[in-house]
Amino acid sequence: MKHLKTLSGATLKASAEKGGCGECQTSCQSACKTSCTVANQKCENKK
Amino acid sequence: MVHRFSKKDVNILVDSASGAVHLADKAAYDLCGVLSPPLPKDCPESARKKLSEHYSDEEILEAYQELYSLYKAGELFTSDYDGAETKMSLSGAPVKALCLNVSHDCNLRCEYCFAKTGDFGTGRRIMDFDTAKKAVDFVIKHSGKRRNIEIDFFGGEPLMAFDTVKRTVDYAKGLEEKHNKNFRFTITTNGLLLNDEITEYINREMSNVVLSLDGRKEINDHVRKTIVGTGCYDAIVPKMKRLVRLRDNKKDYYVRGTFTKNNPDFCEDIKEMLDCGFTNLSLEPVVLKKENPLSITKEDLSRVFEEYDRLCDLILEREKEGQNFEFFHFMIDLEQGPCILKRLRGCGAGFEYVAVTPEGDIYPCHQFVGMDEFILGNLNDGTFDVSLSDRFAAINFYTRKDCLNCWAKYYCGGGCSAANQSMNNDLLQPYELGCELERKRVECAIYLKARRMLDLQTDSN
Ligand code: SF4
Ligand code: SF4
Repeated sequence: MKHLKTLSGATLKASAEKGGCGECQTSCQSACKTSCTVANQKCENKK
Repeated sequence: MVHRFSKKDVNILVDSASGAVHLADKAAYDLCGVLSPPLPKDCPESARKKLSEHYSDEEILEAYQELYSLYKAGELFTSDYDGAETKMSLSGAPVKALCLNVSHDCNLRCEYCFAKTGDFGTGRRIMDFDTAKKAVDFVIKHSGKRRNIEIDFFGGEPLMAFDTVKRTVDYAKGLEEKHNKNFRFTITTNGLLLNDEITEYINREMSNVVLSLDGRKEINDHVRKTIVGTGCYDAIVPKMKRLVRLRDNKKDYYVRGTFTKNNPDFCEDIKEMLDCGFTNLSLEPVVLKKENPLSITKEDLSRVFEEYDRLCDLILEREKEGQNFEFFHFMIDLEQGPCILKRLRGCGAGFEYVAVTPEGDIYPCHQFVGMDEFILGNLNDGTFDVSLSDRFAAINFYTRKDCLNCWAKYYCGGGCSAANQSMNNDLLQPYELGCELERKRVECAIYLKARRMLDLQTDSN
């Protein structure tokens, strides 16, 4: 493509299928205790 | 929903619901701004006309075809996730993380402290081991099949209850095998009580340690004061340096600070932390009502945004020099971040995550402590209000109307119930100033990824 470059594809929809195991870290626990970003959490589900 | 933003000549299209991110040239960027789904196969005449002053027909049509192919591939103008899980009640969801306020006492008197200088307005107290033990039993009982369980030692200043911390860790570890659990311990400390023994202990047992420091000495000491009113910088920084130097680099740590109206130039504080040798950093806007002189208000926003931009530059600059560092709020994993279900439920306060006080009271999270109407139960009398917990479990960005219309919701997770409650008196009403800052940080995080990709490409050419 000439006008567009993709930095990352559609990763979210796919995650709905394998997701929801709940083993991941609670977001507020990790480094801040006053905030909300979830997109910086690691997924623990390696399947 | 597509969010478009430009920063330093990089034009970015964020397709919120699919998680796709594209970099566009000016023509495709402008064209995207005048389109709305569903996209027809050929470029709509109205869109072409709107741009015909600036671009040739050929350019417009070509850019359209590229946008259209992304649309067809499900990477642009995708509709919001609407899985059945969002409507599913999470009643009785397992609790998997505990914040143990082992000490409602503190050896500092920080001026912005949300815990009201450590005691949360409930009186200075240390948690005894018996209560901590009950909390561990509680989380084992309520965690169902979840294997990974987090326990954060918090306060007040948790090292004032170091004995309880140690005994709790031993107790929980002793139960891991029997119950097939994996405990992860973390601690948040102001550093004042760190000595050789405690440092060694933290580095051995805690998978993450958060060290509170606001940056430059004069900034830190202006708000982070000892009981006699002097600044704490000189007392804590050497201890923190030592802890970080001795820490296994596979284990996490964060040096975490707060910025207030006093230091809108907080990049200087980041630099100070870097000069100390710290490389995992977090610096957050203070959350205070606007009457408080330290609060960040609407008038400060443009200045703070500018500073976040400067921080992006600083990060890139240092990377070029091989001096990489992490800034917590710019860390976003675009490829393998958390699944959509996690994103739409956010922090889990009140159902997956609860905080416990020295009195054994259970609150939805550490920031709710002291708000009596939110007490979920008590460990000593065995009460637990499932209906209140279910109220929290039902929160996701589909139930927060403002979030539903926000492009950043899949990154943010729907915000902070505690901030919503204390600022707007409504769990579901986002704290708008916090949102503005959050959206800016997400833009910065995405921009950094884009910039790195572009730099890599120019390097390899
Ligand atoms: S809390 Fe604010 S920034 Fe986060 S998703 Fe909701 S509206 Fe957006
Ligand atoms: S409600 Fe706010 S402070 Fe509490 S866990 Fe959630 S994001 Fe963190």
